[in-house]
Amino acid sequence: MKKSVFLGALTFAGLAAGAAAAGTLEDVQARGKLNCGVTTGLVGFAAPDANGEWNGFDVAVCRAVAAAVLGDPTAVEFIPTTGKTRFTALASGEIDMLARNTTWTFSRDVDLKFDFVGVNYYDGQGFMVPKALGVSSAKDLDGATVCIQTGTTTELNLADFFRANNINYEPVPIETNAEAQQQYLAGACDVYTTDASGLAATRATFENPDEHTLLPEIVSKEPLGPLVRHGDNEWGDVVRWTLNALITAEELGVTSANVGDMASNTTNPEVARLLGTEGNLGEMMGLEADWAKKAIMSEGNYGEIFAKNIGEETPIGLARGLNAQWTDGGLLYSPPFR
Amino acid sequence: MTSLTDPQRGSFRLSSLLNDTRYRSMTLQVIAAVVLALTLGYLYSNLMANLQEQGLDISFDFLYSPAGYDINQTLIDYNSQSTNLRAAVVGVLNTLLVAFLACVTATVFGVIAGVLRLSKNWLVRKLMAFYVEIFRNIPVLIWIIIIFTIMTAVMPAPSAFRGDTPSSSMLFDLFAFTNRGVYVPGPYFTRGFGGEDGSWINWLLVIGVLVASLFATRAVSARANDKQAKTGVRPKTFWLNLAIWFVPVIVLLFALGLQWDIPELRGFNFGGGIKIGGPLIALWFALSIYTGAFIAENVRAGIQAVSRGQTEAASALGLRPRRVMNLVVLPQALRVIIPPLISQYLNITKNSSLAIAVGYADITATLGGITLNQTGRAIECVLLLMLFYLVISLCISAVMNVYNNAMKLKER
Amino acid sequence: MSDTHAESVAFVRETALPPVPPPVAERGIYKWGRENLFATPLNALLTVAAIYVIYLVLAGTLPWILGGVWTTSSLAECREVLDGRSAACFSVLTDRWNQLLFGFKYPPELYWRPLLAFVLMFLAAAPVLFFDLPRKLLFFTGIYPFLAYWLIWGGTIWTPIVALLGFVVGYFVYEKLVHRSFATGFFGGVIAALAVWYVGGLAIPDLARITSGLRLEAVPSRDLGGFMLNMMLGVTCVSLSLPIGIALALGRQSSMPLIKWICVIFIEFIRGVPLITLLFVANVMLAYFFPPGSGVDLFLRVVIMITMFSSAYIAEVIRGGLAALPKGQYEAADSLGLDYPQAMRLIILPQALKISIPGIVNIAVGLFKDTTLVSIISMFDLVGMIRGPILASTDWNGVYWELLGFAALLFFIVCYGISQYSQWLERRLATDHR
Repeated sequence: MKKSVFLGALTFAGLAAGAAAAGTLEDVQARGKLNCGVTTGLVGFAAPDANGEWNGFDVAVCRAVAAAVLGDPTAVEFIPTTGKTRFTALASGEIDMLARNTTWTFSRDVDLKFDFVGVNYYDGQGFMVPKALGVSSAKDLDGATVCIQTGTTTELNLADFFRANNINYEPVPIETNAEAQQQYLAGACDVYTTDASGLAATRATFENPDEHTLLPEIVSKEPLGPLVRHGDNEWGDVVRWTLNALITAEELGVTSANVGDMASNTTNPEVARLLGTEGNLGEMMGLEADWAKKAIMSEGNYGEIFAKNIGEETPIGLARGLNAQWTDGGLLYSPPFR
Repeated sequence: MTSLTDPQRGSFRLSSLLNDTRYRSMTLQVIAAVVLALTLGYLYSNLMANLQEQGLDISFDFLYSPAGYDINQTLIDYNSQSTNLRAAVVGVLNTLLVAFLACVTATVFGVIAGVLRLSKNWLVRKLMAFYVEIFRNIPVLIWIIIIFTIMTAVMPAPSAFRGDTPSSSMLFDLFAFTNRGVYVPGPYFTRGFGGEDGSWINWLLVIGVLVASLFATRAVSARANDKQAKTGVRPKTFWLNLAIWFVPVIVLLFALGLQWDIPELRGFNFGGGIKIGGPLIALWFALSIYTGAFIAENVRAGIQAVSRGQTEAASALGLRPRRVMNLVVLPQALRVIIPPLISQYLNITKNSSLAIAVGYADITATLGGITLNQTGRAIECVLLLMLFYLVISLCISAVMNVYNNAMKLKER
Repeated sequence: MSDTHAESVAFVRETALPPVPPPVAERGIYKWGRENLFATPLNALLTVAAIYVIYLVLAGTLPWILGGVWTTSSLAECREVLDGRSAACFSVLTDRWNQLLFGFKYPPELYWRPLLAFVLMFLAAAPVLFFDLPRKLLFFTGIYPFLAYWLIWGGTIWTPIVALLGFVVGYFVYEKLVHRSFATGFFGGVIAALAVWYVGGLAIPDLARITSGLRLEAVPSRDLGGFMLNMMLGVTCVSLSLPIGIALALGRQSSMPLIKWICVIFIEFIRGVPLITLLFVANVMLAYFFPPGSGVDLFLRVVIMITMFSSAYIAEVIRGGLAALPKGQYEAADSLGLDYPQAMRLIILPQALKISIPGIVNIAVGLFKDTTLVSIISMFDLVGMIRGPILASTDWNGVYWELLGFAALLFFIVCYGISQYSQWLERRLATDHR
């Protein structure tokens, strides 16, 4: 790669034709690194810290996949993508998977030829307003100016919601969260709308978070999840079941702390199958037997990842809500490991 | 490049394809054509292979499906159920609008700064040099972001106008300056033709009257010139011209029942009047003040290019300073100023694509932004986008060529 | 005569009066002020207005700048220190200094490498920019790109060496063959260089294994960022686009219609579209034009597009230089019996390029400023760092002026410096005696 980059730049002679694309799983294993597309920066979900280390909820999924496939949660190359570039980056093979709060929609799945492997966060589009405005429902927003962070389905949901309720509004589309937030705080818009999780994350960084409130309406369903290219089902299975392993681990009480312990002396057959001490689930996927164990050890199970990055103890302070296990009244429901 | 080597007669050998001037250019062109065809074919086959691998196709059908999003500033009717094509047209018009406005104000800024840079006043001269340097040496993207941020932070929010003791108030109760935009009174006709929807007929009438006034004043001037040539005395035309300009149009506006729709605070925002959106103002101002610095340099160079002897000769002929400027200096300076000025206009149009940084709905933000994001049709959108800018540039270049040919020094 | 005169007049001064200083109003600061600031009432008004403007600007910014806080680690802390005072939180600059300059991914322990490359750049550029320096230094200029590549990206030293070797071998073959004809020499050189690269490319992995000591830690190009990325894009693209620009300019003047039209269409197409659309092409389209699975990285794609962009503009500048040469130069070259390549190399281009240098420098400044546009396609250059990771972080969410002002200052220093050089050069090269 390095050689071809250099010679290509110097000679414009074009690049030696690459070998015909093998399966993504083999590519990743041969490369020794997972290329994972993330957002350019949304606190809690994916953002580089002061040392340039990526952290967050989506990032943890990437690390778990890397741990499952390569045995090393740090063998990930995080590639920041914008709303505009993410699909091209995935389609052109620049990234192996996209874990960038991307909504699972029909047209993305069918028309753009991607496979959503699951849902790691059930979100919905919400509204944030200053308390001083005295608005208690989104239906009171007739004539308001609304700041939108572009690049997701946000614009479309907003247009649908206001049209359905026959309300006028003025959209102000803004590229980055930081700029949208500045507009909102300066009063250039009355309302800021994006995914409810993003609103909570943004509000957490305000000087006076208490002066702002989230309206009760959630105007859309936003199942956010990792996605891969259409047609490479082996790779899709790896990402799908890594995500399921994290969810199942929480359900079965396997945590990053006790996973080693559980692997050696569990009596629960499903835990044993999950952690590879029984059966050959890993082999079926072309991975090591302890793939799920490594994935869980990297950042913990789903609950741990949630609590560490966006949970109520963090500045973002999101409640589990829909994202609780089905046993606790949420929507997380992993198919069984057998 | 002409070569004076005599062509050798007779024998043709393979090497003469390269060495014989009769064949060489043909050989080279054939090689170039083959290389070009191979390169294009290679790129095309790669494109097709990539698309096929991903099961995608090239199709412009998405242009006719509903766009699904709203746009805050539209010059034509548009709602979220309009097609993507219409959204693109809205973007095109918005691009042209901001480009036109910025061209006008950039010229004004540029001419003022360029002339002041040659002022006798030391302080003013230095201040203008500072303006030119600071704007020419910092990227326009940074300027756009800075000016947008300044506007948002410094101008009051509409909520500042609310309450019993508002911290801001409207200028003359007519204009409202907020960080969402400037609201100015909007004219409408109470006795116009065609009711609500036919207001464009009324505006056409007004424009027609103004054009007629223009021709009338030119006729008056021509008559005055004639008379001056015959008798040596120029009749006073000032008041007559003034009357021709203003009386008919005022009468017409009165007949149509012109009223002003004054903006006022309604709900969250100002309502009524005409709104000039904040993003538009920020982009407009940033582009004008940035390009103004470049135009100032062109203007300065143009004026300095007219040699002092010309001014002195004109003075020696007894022309007064204003006439020296109008008849001698300006015509010669304009020859130097206008070509770079037109390419600055071209730059403004191209730089207006940075609207994407402030959320102004130009063609890059609609077709190349939200439509691209939502449909995922990257290749089609980017191709259309480039096509649009190319057409605009070619039009501006054509104007420039016409001008250059007309103004070319007629040399023997 | 003088005697009679002496008798008829009572007193004759025999020495000249010592010169009296001019009246107060006609000298020193008074005179200067009257002529330059208060010559006419209008002028005086302008002066007062200008002073007022300067006062307003300074009064608005100076206290804010001078009262700035430099040592806190987050905005909240800074606001606490300021205690309601309105002043700058420059501590974002100290806190994120390395990120602003190098991006957030470049390994901190390797910062010396780009820094060294940056310093060496001056040494490499000096003989090009200042004609008085010894020509021998150009040797280093030739090596510099390969050295800089190695320093910044790291990896084995053999990659740049093989690349350099290809050029050297190509040049020698060209020298050997050029006396037969330019075309033979040129194509021979190209083929020789390609052969060396091909063979060298095969040998690099083995060579790298044998000499593992000559290896710098490799840094992938997506880890580049900050102001370094702007500098690299600017320098790389301008230097790559110079030869292409010359070729395009010559092609546009060519008498061969096909070549002429290829060049015209290319130049007009590139000049007709905004850079941002070309960057979109690099970002979302170009990947489709490479062979499936080749995975050309974003940096290279952006370099390709910006190089195309600037070469079209440079071609136009050089075309202006070519057109400015008197026709006699072309005719003189012909009459000496030089063929086209010789005439171009020996007579036309040296003069045309000299005339074009100020124009090329202007293009370079413009291009350098335009490298900020890559922030729109999710590359973290200086502006991208500010709009992205820094403003999005919990610590520094809401610091705008300090960061934008810093970016503006950095660009101003570089661009103003280059444009001053360009003006100096223009004076230096002014050969007409007007």
